[in-house]
Amino acid sequence: MTAAVLKKEKQPSEKQPSAVKKEHGSHAGRHTGLMALYHKELADHLRSKRFLIILLLILGTSIASLYGALNGLADAISSDSNFVFLKIYTTSGNSIPSFMSIIALMGPFVGLTLGFDAINSERNNGTLNRLVAQPIYRDSIIIGKFLAGNAVIMIMVFTMGIFVGAVGVLSTGLIPQTEEVLRVLAFLIFTVVYMDFWLGLSILFSVVCRHSATSAMAVIALWIFFTIFMSMVANIIANAVYPITTQYEAALNTMNNYTLNLGLNRISPYYLYSEAVSTIMNPTVRSVNVVTMQQLEGAISGYLSFGQSMLLVWPHLTGLVALMMVAFGGSYIGFMRQEIRN
Amino acid sequence: MGEVIIRTSGLTKRYGEKTAVNQLNLSVKKGEIFGLLGPNGAGKTTTILMLLGLTEPTAGTATIEGMDCTRNALGIKKIVGYLPDNPGFYQDLTGRQNLAFTGRLNGLSEEEIKERSDAALKRVRLEDAANKKAGTYSKGMRQRLGIADVLMKDPEIIIMDEPTLGLDPEGMRELLELMTQMAKEDGRTLLISSHQLYQVQQICDRVGIFVNGNLVACGEIEDLGHQVQDSTKYSLELQVDPCDDKILAEISRQPGVSSIQKEGNMFVVESKYDIRSQLTTFLGSHEYTIQHLHQRGGDLDAIYRMYFERAEAEAEAAAMKATQKGKLHNKLFRGGGAR
Repeated sequence: MTAAVLKKEKQPSEKQPSAVKKEHGSHAGRHTGLMALYHKELADHLRSKRFLIILLLILGTSIASLYGALNGLADAISSDSNFVFLKIYTTSGNSIPSFMSIIALMGPFVGLTLGFDAINSERNNGTLNRLVAQPIYRDSIIIGKFLAGNAVIMIMVFTMGIFVGAVGVLSTGLIPQTEEVLRVLAFLIFTVVYMDFWLGLSILFSVVCRHSATSAMAVIALWIFFTIFMSMVANIIANAVYPITTQYEAALNTMNNYTLNLGLNRISPYYLYSEAVSTIMNPTVRSVNVVTMQQLEGAISGYLSFGQSMLLVWPHLTGLVALMMVAFGGSYIGFMRQEIRN
Repeated sequence: MGEVIIRTSGLTKRYGEKTAVNQLNLSVKKGEIFGLLGPNGAGKTTTILMLLGLTEPTAGTATIEGMDCTRNALGIKKIVGYLPDNPGFYQDLTGRQNLAFTGRLNGLSEEEIKERSDAALKRVRLEDAANKKAGTYSKGMRQRLGIADVLMKDPEIIIMDEPTLGLDPEGMRELLELMTQMAKEDGRTLLISSHQLYQVQQICDRVGIFVNGNLVACGEIEDLGHQVQDSTKYSLELQVDPCDDKILAEISRQPGVSSIQKEGNMFVVESKYDIRSQLTTFLGSHEYTIQHLHQRGGDLDAIYRMYFERAEAEAEAAAMKATQKGKLHNKLFRGGGAR
């Protein structure tokens, strides 16, 4: 199934010169402009140096994390010998972070690179006003750009994910179970949505900002804020609202403090994504919220099934999709309302 | 010619306080070259954007071939080719690929794209550079590629925003030739905005003069010229060889001549009626060679200047009136308050 998804995504880029173009003459109408734009954007991305750079970057870090994981695998297995295949993605070793956390960290960068100059570079080049004078719906422009970016992200994420798994299989001789494959797939889908959010956000800034440098800076600022500072801010706010300095306060407020802290953190897509994928890739995680001792009483320690893990992080997926929709929706509305002079 | 293809009625666009286009009533006939003239910021580009449905008018309507420009923007864009001022292209694509992309956006088949892009490139004489990246093109080549790009659509109407801007004389000549060709041979309607009067004067059938968002004059250049022409005062530019002082006295003695001045190596002769034929006969018989003879006024420059000055004066008067009104209002208000 993974192979099929991969192939489906790769096709447009491979057969673009011949097969795809033929369609245009036949089914003109709503999708003519959209398809033409989508193919052009996709070709642009795949040919660009920028794409090569992020691909090499992701590839390099993946290999490094894989190397670390394979080294640390023996220790990890000795503590828990179930779901070993997943550990290739989640184990960190030799102070190299795991594949999972590297993707969480680098994901925004991929979205940012693909989208930060989507609209404003066209505007500055003077191609945008020529584009809007063509008989296409205006939203085709921004939708085409988003879809092309999304296709590139999917290609990249699935290639990397499967590559890491394949190397893992080859070097360790582990054979993945069906459930493990499903979990990896879910992980990759989450990753695509996560990167799509950043793509949408960077397109939003490319609509709002006149210069591509400004929009890149804005997205980078948000990226750093969400990955590094959000947890601090959440902490400060939670401590201010529910102080736990004295023992009395601690007894009273700890639960609320923690819940508020968690809730605030979950505003950050970085946290949302990290929490979700670590739940999926780690069947031992049974809850993502505070669990009291009473609730745990009588519980038998064991693994969650794939379905139950998914149930646990379904809100996270919904939240990520919603964030993505808000980001892209914002750029869509902004673009549609903008007057394009030159 | 004769059938109206572009029509605007009461077309108005306001940006906050500023009125960019005010109550524009304009009609452009099929197959003619219409020049929208005016200084920068007079509302030409805004008018063009409204015609293309890229900007919504605050009031009034614009129609092209009976289609409403705001409601049926897609239909408009199918038959109208637009060349923005300073057109941009995808720098990493070749000229031909850029044209092909436009073709695809217009839903053409690959064969049509090949056919049309070859024809268009040939027409604008870019065949040699067709496979070079658009990023390497010079300004003049970009402009020509822009025209080829417009031709990909095979439009009935071509709207050009400041097409002559920044071109060298040779490029200008080619462009004007091309525009005339597109109108007269292909039967397309051209709407050109410009502030470069001489060029436009050469090719436009009719012009509209824009000042501060108002269309102050509209019609054929000759008709407008007659309006400007002061019938009691003619001013003639004259340059002759040999240019000696004797000629000055000779001319001033001619009947009808009221005064003569020397401006550089040129004489400016003022007279009460048209003395051109009389003067040429005289100069010819006295073995002078006429190097330059031009009746001042009546050309677009003079027309333009006159309308522009008139509009400026009106605007000033209006502003004055407004401030006076304001003062009066203030007075009344204060007076009322004191009571």
